[in-house]
Amino acid sequence: MAHAHATTAPDQNVWNGGVAPLGASYGKLMMWFFLLSDAFTFSGLLITYGLVRSSHPAFEGLAQAFTFSHDYWPIPEKVFEAVPFLHGVSLPLVFVGIMTFILIMSSVTMVLAVEAGHRMDQKAVEKWMLWTILGGLTFLGCQAWEWTHFIVGTDTPTLVKDFVNGQWITKEVTGANLHINQYGPQDFADFFFFITGFHGFHVFSGVLLNFLIYYNTVTGVYNRRGHYEMVEKVGLYWHFVDLVWVFVFTFFYLV
Amino acid sequence: MAHHAHEPEVVVLPPDKEKIKKLWTVAAILGAITAVEFIVAFTVPHGFFKTSVFVIMTIVKAGYIVGEFMHLKYEAKVLFWSVLIPITFIVWMLIAFLYEGFQLSDVNFI
Repeated sequence: MAHAHATTAPDQNVWNGGVAPLGASYGKLMMWFFLLSDAFTFSGLLITYGLVRSSHPAFEGLAQAFTFSHDYWPIPEKVFEAVPFLHGVSLPLVFVGIMTFILIMSSVTMVLAVEAGHRMDQKAVEKWMLWTILGGLTFLGCQAWEWTHFIVGTDTPTLVKDFVNGQWITKEVTGANLHINQYGPQDFADFFFFITGFHGFHVFSGVLLNFLIYYNTVTGVYNRRGHYEMVEKVGLYWHFVDLVWVFVFTFFYLV
Repeated sequence: MAHHAHEPEVVVLPPDKEKIKKLWTVAAILGAITAVEFIVAFTVPHGFFKTSVFVIMTIVKAGYIVGEFMHLKYEAKVLFWSVLIPITFIVWMLIAFLYEGFQLSDVNFI
């Protein structure tokens, strides 16, 4: 690719300039270090979730006997058990599983686009980029549904204590927002919105970047440039989004 | 773009069958691990063992995504370690925060 292949004296140190000691272009390195910093941001969110969750009592008892309460942290599989068009059917984690599958598949199509780029195969890059964009949009659609379901809530309300006009009252609540939450402690809903929201925003910007790459491929920008390294760089970002989802899936939905 | 008035001659190479096959293998492994996670989620009782299994599986999945899809395994060793070594900070942060969380739990709820 755009590596620097300067001629240097054989005895010169590799770090003295003129060569690429890390064997990658400037843009690719910067993408790597951006992703590293982004990994710290997501770790901050997920680890804080761990901190707050471990500072709350866990539900003791059989999963079948679980009911929503503010006294303990909810079991995620009891919260996320709905699937579109199957109202009232308890299918724990099935929908999140489908979302995980969609994101993994779009990661595969992305890496196939990168492979096609290495071969200067414009048609194949176009095809795989379109599949990747489709996967990203499908994931976003699923997340929109998931959020709607979380906000609207279940059929039966939960009794929740709320501080209204200077006094504590108990009221029936369905669904959750940043102020009140039927599923458990308020922090649970807040973390749901922040973690999946921040990840969803990354998916959204990833789809925009993917579309940009697709557009440039179709208009022949990379053919004129002589290489498809931009596909690789945006590919790194897209795989990272998939990587984050793997962690969100485990630590928010499974554990 | 005046000097790009003519479209350049582009040599398209044939697909690298072996490489593509390997990518699909990695995808199959990721899918299989996710399926196993599903089974574990509903058969193993909640507790330290289950959490450990999930953590190990997640790290394996992360290894495949970063190593194969993001190609880090095949980059220069300097780049590989420049990305991996800072991750130890995350591990420390996790240990420190979880320890803090369980202490808070004792203070608040017992």
